[in-house]
Amino acid sequence: MKNNKSILYGILLAFILIAPFAFPDFRTQLATLWLMIIVAMTWDMTGGQMGYNSLGNIVFYGTGMYVAAIITIALAYDVGGYTNAFGGGVYKFTDQQYFLGMFLGLIGAGLFCAASAVIIGYVTFGLRGPYFAIGTLGVAIAAGELVSNWEWVGGGQGIALPVYPGDLDNGKLLFYFLFAFTGVVLFIFLKWLYATRFGAAINAIRDDEEKAEAMGIHTLRYKLTTWAMSAFFIGIVGGISAFQLIHFEPLETAYQTINLGIFMVVCVLLGGKGTLWGPIIGAILFHVFKEVTWNYFLGWQWVALGALIVVTVVYFQDGVMGYLAHRKPEWFGVRVDENKAEVSQ
Amino acid sequence: MSSIIEIQGVSKSYGGVVANKDISLSVETGGITGLIGPNGSGKTTLFNSIVGYHPIDEGSIKFENEEISRFPVQKIARRGLLRTFQQTRIYGAMNCVENMLISLPHRKMKFLDSFSLNNKSDYEKANRLLEFVGLYEKRLLKAASLSFGQQKLLEFAMALMNEPAALLLDEPTAGINPTLINGLIDRLVRANREFGITLFIIEHNMRVIMNMADKIYCLAHGEMLAQGSPDDIQNDPRVIEAYLGAH
Repeated sequence: MKNNKSILYGILLAFILIAPFAFPDFRTQLATLWLMIIVAMTWDMTGGQMGYNSLGNIVFYGTGMYVAAIITIALAYDVGGYTNAFGGGVYKFTDQQYFLGMFLGLIGAGLFCAASAVIIGYVTFGLRGPYFAIGTLGVAIAAGELVSNWEWVGGGQGIALPVYPGDLDNGKLLFYFLFAFTGVVLFIFLKWLYATRFGAAINAIRDDEEKAEAMGIHTLRYKLTTWAMSAFFIGIVGGISAFQLIHFEPLETAYQTINLGIFMVVCVLLGGKGTLWGPIIGAILFHVFKEVTWNYFLGWQWVALGALIVVTVVYFQDGVMGYLAHRKPEWFGVRVDENKAEVSQ
Repeated sequence: MSSIIEIQGVSKSYGGVVANKDISLSVETGGITGLIGPNGSGKTTLFNSIVGYHPIDEGSIKFENEEISRFPVQKIARRGLLRTFQQTRIYGAMNCVENMLISLPHRKMKFLDSFSLNNKSDYEKANRLLEFVGLYEKRLLKAASLSFGQQKLLEFAMALMNEPAALLLDEPTAGINPTLINGLIDRLVRANREFGITLFIIEHNMRVIMNMADKIYCLAHGEMLAQGSPDDIQNDPRVIEAYLGAH
């Protein structure tokens, strides 16, 4: 069994490494797929594993973009001058400035978002259920509006980052592998985390938070730590997206509440909440569905997406993994009681 | 003998309804203390006050000589004062062993310890306690698939896993098959004697509480009606009147 798993993981890893070379025309698509997988997995950390359905995780994606960009710019130029000169003055970055900025920018984005999650979480984790969802959505919308009115970071026009210094195809490869590396690290991290006492504690918070409190579990500490870890990874992929997209603006790209902010939730619902593989399967299915409808049913794509959400929520609430766990519990190591008799004395 | 829980002049009202009025009692360390009273007499309200579910209006609640009446639930639990619920609360989606492992005493852990896997001794302890309550055979089943009585036993085992100094049990025998009650009484008494856990028990089953408790308090209409040994309580006409509604 363990050998089979190792072989499966080996095949998957080989596919991840070969895919951008085997399908060179789809490098950007594959990179976007990784983005979907990562945001879905990070959303599931709080939404699926801990029972806190955030509609505002996009705030960390947008903030990650801005922090990575600002760090990169600040290492070489005055940020205010750079953003005010958008479309005007010429600012050049050396290769060293670009790559050093990217490296420090991504780390800074992750750390800043993790710290932001602790601060925002300290206030919003007092809310439960739909109030938490709406509260976090409010935070995301407010963040987008605030940033779009902040001239120092480019206001409504956003920020333009330098283009990848080299062959464009190599740039696509770099962004693919940055996303893929982050995704693989996140997967390994979550596989380990969910097996630890920490994973059990956040599951306990999801299943019955009052009971968890009554057992002395530091619920707020676990919630803040989980969201901070989730925000760390979202911040990093936000930063990668900033370099990949070159130019981003606050409302439609960075704090895109109704696009990526909702897509990440739909991915998880589709694949199955509270499972390791559910968000990944959901993100793949969602991405394929989205690309097919956006390409072949243009004009009806939002209708199709709405229909997918309705069908998932009404008929398929547990997603693919939940459906399988229900139908084939033995695949998931669950024992079914054949004899419901009371415990013997 | 010293008191582990000391309650002085506790009052709690919900709007115009007085749920507890000037209640004073003490729970002796290492003993089994009972709390009885007709439905609506304020027993569960008093339990909720002790474990921090709601603030009290007046009075003082001390646990191991520390004032805890303003502490939140988790802080009180981390002091080693736990409770079980009238309506059993277990983690239904997890199996019995997982329910036990999540109940490890977090007050004895550093936060970084939570980033480690459960070790062999954790599993051994979980299995030992599941065996103690008679659920070892069911240990890998999802808790939700257990009968109500088994879920009560599981909740009790989870509380033991947490190594509390004192355990408040809210109607431990309610809803349990009568044939299981003797086994449960035996386990409660053993938990008290072998593990040294002080028990404070709300119970409607008079046979159960009279057999177990060293001392019993009786509430009626939110006020302390009587207190004493099981024999004193059984023969107290005020208690009989409160239960039977005689005039």
